[in-house]
Amino acid sequence: MSELLKARAGEKLIFDHPSVLSEAVTHYCPGCHHGIAHRLVAEVLEELELASRAIMVASVGCSVISYDYISVDSVESPHGRACAVATGVKRARPDTIVFTYQGDGDMGAIGLAESLHAAARGEHITAVFVNNTVYGMTGGQMAPTTLLGQKTTTTPMGRRMELEGGPVHMAEMMSQLAGVAYAERCSLDSVRHIRAAQDAIRKAFSIQAKGLGFSFVELLSGCPTNWHMDPVRANTRIREEMIPVFPLGVYKDITAQAVPVIADKVVEGRS
Amino acid sequence: MSRVVFLEDRCKGCLLCVAVCPSQILRPSGRSNRNGYEMVEMSPEGKCIGCASCAFMCPDVAIRVFRTSPAGKRRKA
Repeated sequence: MSELLKARAGEKLIFDHPSVLSEAVTHYCPGCHHGIAHRLVAEVLEELELASRAIMVASVGCSVISYDYISVDSVESPHGRACAVATGVKRARPDTIVFTYQGDGDMGAIGLAESLHAAARGEHITAVFVNNTVYGMTGGQMAPTTLLGQKTTTTPMGRRMELEGGPVHMAEMMSQLAGVAYAERCSLDSVRHIRAAQDAIRKAFSIQAKGLGFSFVELLSGCPTNWHMDPVRANTRIREEMIPVFPLGVYKDITAQAVPVIADKVVEGRS
Repeated sequence: MSRVVFLEDRCKGCLLCVAVCPSQILRPSGRSNRNGYEMVEMSPEGKCIGCASCAFMCPDVAIRVFRTSPAGKRRKA
């Protein structure tokens, strides 16, 4: 095996384990996209040389022990309160790069208030939000982001608008808050989308490094176990069912030169 | 020819790499690792183009990619 891992004459190793990612094999299910999200964060921290002063605030959910996998200093927060804990960390140590890594049950349900208010205050932190439309760790219950019609253990007939309401759109909500400098929704279902997601995470961290405000990246992810399908079919579901409900794209970027069409007031204010 | 190496103890057999390989040279190996997952391998006759799509897709960082520059694209000395 070790012979195979050495570059032979004329060869170049073009994909290796990022040094910021621990060598530990994750506890995630086969095909779970948390592994990809972890790797993207680790690669960006390594590339921007921010790892030595990065502090991760871990959340509750499947990613609860993400501090075992991403080799940066970490704080574990109570369920949903990662952005509130990150606020304290960043204010106490403004020289650090502070980010939260949260799932949709954590950030979109129990921690919605803390997350939105940290964003509204424009705290100089980065939030990586993994949206897989279910509570993964506890067995696939309905999350705020569950799609209409989606069957979960708590919506066995499928989510109904009149009973459980509709899915929460975090990237859109974040983009409406004055303190948010950057909000983008990406997906981890294909190589092209993964590369775009890495660009978004890089942008989010560089915005924090420049001290411009709150940066937010939503990652549409698969949960093959709780969706009761194989990983390849789960990726197809992201493409066919999730992306039409959660459109990909940059919802806010204060560093962009072009003013978004939807921000009429910004246009008026500039004239 | 470029090549990919699977770290067999990391592979969980999700087959996402098999699905994204543009050359369609990856396949289940029929062998299980110590965690009981069926590992993936590159078929011996397959021609890897070194695009690293499999490694980008792999949630478990189980793939290393070694790229060899195509003969026609090598820089002239």
